Amino acid sequence: MSVNSDDIAEFEAEIPLDKLPLDAWHRARGGRMVAFAGYDMPIQYEGIMAEHAWTREHAGLFDVSHMGQLSFTGEAVDVALETMLPGDIIGLKPLRQRYSLLLDEEGGILDDLMVSRRPDDIYMVVNGATKFDDIGWIIEHLPDEITMNHMDEQALLALQGPEAGAALASLIPGAADLFFMQCGAFTWNGFDLWVSRSGYTGEDGFEISLPGEAAEAFADALCALDTVKPIGLGARDSLRLEAGLPLYGHDIDTQVGPIGADLGFAVSKRRKEQGGFFGHARVMKELAEGAPSRRVGLTIEGRLPAREGATILASGKPVGTVTSGGFAPTVGAPIAMGWVEAAHAVIGTALEVEVRGKRLTATVAPMPFVPHRYHRQKV
Amino acid sequence: MSRYFTDEHEWIDVEGEIATVGITDYAQEQLGDIVFVELPAEGANFDKGDDAAVVESVKAASDVYAPISGEVIESNGALEDEPALVNSDPEEDGWFFKLRITDPSELEGLMNEKAYKAFVAGL
Repeated sequence: MSVNSDDIAEFEAEIPLDKLPLDAWHRARGGRMVAFAGYDMPIQYEGIMAEHAWTREHAGLFDVSHMGQLSFTGEAVDVALETMLPGDIIGLKPLRQRYSLLLDEEGGILDDLMVSRRPDDIYMVVNGATKFDDIGWIIEHLPDEITMNHMDEQALLALQGPEAGAALASLIPGAADLFFMQCGAFTWNGFDLWVSRSGYTGEDGFEISLPGEAAEAFADALCALDTVKPIGLGARDSLRLEAGLPLYGHDIDTQVGPIGADLGFAVSKRRKEQGGFFGHARVMKELAEGAPSRRVGLTIEGRLPAREGATILASGKPVGTVTSGGFAPTVGAPIAMGWVEAAHAVIGTALEVEVRGKRLTATVAPMPFVPHRYHRQKV
Repeated sequence: MSRYFTDEHEWIDVEGEIATVGITDYAQEQLGDIVFVELPAEGANFDKGDDAAVVESVKAASDVYAPISGEVIESNGALEDEPALVNSDPEEDGWFFKLRITDPSELEGLMNEKAYKAFVAGL
């Protein structure tokens, strides 16, 4: 018996492995470590299904310290960042966070990221696997008067699930006052924490940036609560797939733009009108004419999962490719994300997916597959 | 009845000319939660080493090879409804398929339980 899937290959390292602050902590808690984005990371502790369900029902603690945390300072830093990001950064209010995209000259997606306005800087969290490329690109295109600091001494933890609010409030009372996509500074045991109410699971939850030397004690304090368990990368992937959230390098990359990727919400109205960012021409063209292919969700009939790379067919003809897929524990069935020609991207379109010579019936489905349960501010 | 093991983490129970094949507890532990098992059709003929079945865990698909040559006489239908049987009872109720053995000499050189345990301990 051998594991032959590409899904495992993604966990193989390209560069020598570096240790993250919680490396020993994961091992001590029985985490099965795999190489991912240049680090040893836990893929699972007790099992993906159990960890997935725990996060949907209680609160899961994820170590995402492999991600890149960047700080930007300088005169008119927001104006400078708008040349690279299609979002409204100038209009980003203090202590607010926004999803954005790093676009190249052709409007291809270099990365997807979170950007926040903090009192003293603009703070950005980028993907782990792309952070060094991002940094290179940003430095090349950033004006000299803007300073970028890669905060590589900081750990990043995510606490996700319906009991995340109560769990975090028991350590940091003020954190529960945040609403979805709000953020703020807190202290815990003398350490400075930066907390945002956001995540990658579709559940309510938080992302917490803290000094690497504080990570073990903080993770211990959270996991001492009976509502919190550590969760590995495996469940992180199945949770985000159910939430309809794209994974960079799989569902989106430089070959695609924001409109085809169904991430048009990351391009603000003012920026569409005014332009002044890489990729503006492509965005406007695809808004006017439609993107030639689109990222869609697929439900798959039966129990056999369709995985990344599987061909999507319409009337027997290839019209696209699965970019993420697997068994969805909460849905209780296989689901997938993929790219199909625009003519076949309408919700409800009947398609087929080929897996080992078998044609599985698939239907273009709305995403998320599992409803988001964010803690939004009522307006 | 004798039980043999392969270095591909399959077990084989041999009773007369019939071999029952499954994957070991170590294998299911490595794979994690199993959500689908694709089993061979009755009457399929395998040479030793042919792809015989596919196990899908939440994360990945894995091939199961025919550990010896033979003709499939039965597949474990219970795995269609309950693939997780491979996790909960891999070396009994979670069996995959039964073969009519073509060449009993292929069993020579396979491991017994003690040798397999030592093999796994060394991994």
